[in-house]
Amino acid sequence: MIEVKNVHFTYPSGVEALQGVSLKIRNGEFVAIMGQNGAGKTTLVKHFNGLLKPSKGNVLVDGMDTRDVSVATLARKVGFVFQNPDHQLFSETVEEEIAFALRNFGFKENVIKRRVTWALNLLGLTQYRKTSPFMLSGGERKRVALASVLAWNPKILILDEPTIGQDYGQKEKLRQFILQMKAQKKTVVIVTHDVEFVAECNPRVVLMSNGKIVADGEARKILTSPEILEKAAIIPPEISRVFLELSEFGFPTNVIDVYEAGEIILDFWEAKNREHV
Amino acid sequence: MSMFEGLKFRKVSSPIHDLDPRVKFFYVIAMFAVAVMYMELLPLIVLFLIQVPLVTMAKVTKQWIKSMRGAAFFASIIFFTNFIFSYLYQGQQALPSILEYSMAMTLRFIVLVESFSIFFLTTSPDHLGLALEKSHVPYEFCFAFTTAVRFVPVLAEEAQTIMDAQKARGLELEKGNILKRVRNYIPILIPLIVNAIRRSLELAEAMESRAWGATKNRTNLYELKLRRGDYILALLTVVMLVLAVYARWHIPIPRIMEIFPWKASR
Repeated sequence: MIEVKNVHFTYPSGVEALQGVSLKIRNGEFVAIMGQNGAGKTTLVKHFNGLLKPSKGNVLVDGMDTRDVSVATLARKVGFVFQNPDHQLFSETVEEEIAFALRNFGFKENVIKRRVTWALNLLGLTQYRKTSPFMLSGGERKRVALASVLAWNPKILILDEPTIGQDYGQKEKLRQFILQMKAQKKTVVIVTHDVEFVAECNPRVVLMSNGKIVADGEARKILTSPEILEKAAIIPPEISRVFLELSEFGFPTNVIDVYEAGEIILDFWEAKNREHV
Repeated sequence: MSMFEGLKFRKVSSPIHDLDPRVKFFYVIAMFAVAVMYMELLPLIVLFLIQVPLVTMAKVTKQWIKSMRGAAFFASIIFFTNFIFSYLYQGQQALPSILEYSMAMTLRFIVLVESFSIFFLTTSPDHLGLALEKSHVPYEFCFAFTTAVRFVPVLAEEAQTIMDAQKARGLELEKGNILKRVRNYIPILIPLIVNAIRRSLELAEAMESRAWGATKNRTNLYELKLRRGDYILALLTVVMLVLAVYARWHIPIPRIMEIFPWKASR
């Protein structure tokens, strides 16, 4: 469980990136943190594994104050995948890259081997085991970065902008993967601008603007409230926009799921047909 | 990092920022020469103090104090090495003069940092490049120079992100013996270098696609022009230089302890 209690954070440059944020993320929850550029999303999640310490207030991870423990200790619990894989890849082979964190945490060699194989398999990278990560494409590098964090099986997983630069197929795989993590009772926190992706995943949405949380609730509720979204410079997903436009014909306004939308339209159409007959 | 912070240019409007970079550079060189000319404490104190009004005029006091704080570490090294070695060489008898000498050496360094800090805090990289160009340095070199200066803060920021990313994977930089600690930096240096190379290739492509070097005769959006302030600073610098050279050879410089006798206080 992550508890953020009235956290303020000011960068050395004097920018106050967080201005009194309070948030509770329970175990097994799937949370999307959304908001415009510079809203403080990444600053907030960097507090979850102790990379940043609050200037004021407290962050507790499973009851531990992040100020009292090292990043390495917290990292064992909280896996953090950075936005740009090029900021972390350095090894000669993909295999070594994934083993890096495991070595840092002091796993035994035979365990490392097993975990690396498991992580490679999970993300479909087995064929690249002996390849240099620098030779891979952007999407593959992103997957290697993800695999290198998943390998130690952290309880809480933070993904910073996981969908940037990914094609639809990769996004779908990512979504399946997140659902799988959810099924395993892991906590997943994603930071993203990608409204369509969030609409498909239907997580809890925390909306940020100017260093404050402006809304917190179900995706279905928040992503279909244009006046709330406007504060964070986000527009509703396309399907919701269509339904918002059609609300005067008696369509519901809280639709974010394309399949659900299709069914509602079919029902509507059938009802219309019956009227004519 | 704080020391670099104190050398980083910030766009502020002030009479010092508006000065011609060539004149400011001449001033820095003159300061350097004068500071190196003297080994006595008194003139170095004067050199230190006459620069303070420039700092307040340029409205960069806060950043300047940062650079001074950054220099304090090196300054203390200079002080102690000078003090210890002169002490070993001359013995206890000359303690006050050793003290004064070490302080003078330290202050000399501080005066140098002070003038360089004023220069870099108030001169934008663009102006610097322009000044180089005006001094007939080939444009390619000027461009390379300004680009390098401009990318320093970008690289520093990137290094911080990489450090965070590796820490999040359990890397502990301060763990282990010296050899291990040096090796701890490999996961940070490799991505940093790879990204820098990648970025420079991208920059080259972007420049090519914007027809870099298509015309031989370049014109500039901003032209450097000497204004009244520039002539005043240049004149003051020359006067200072002449006075300093004259004083060096014709006026015996008293030691601080001769003006305020040490023995009286004992």
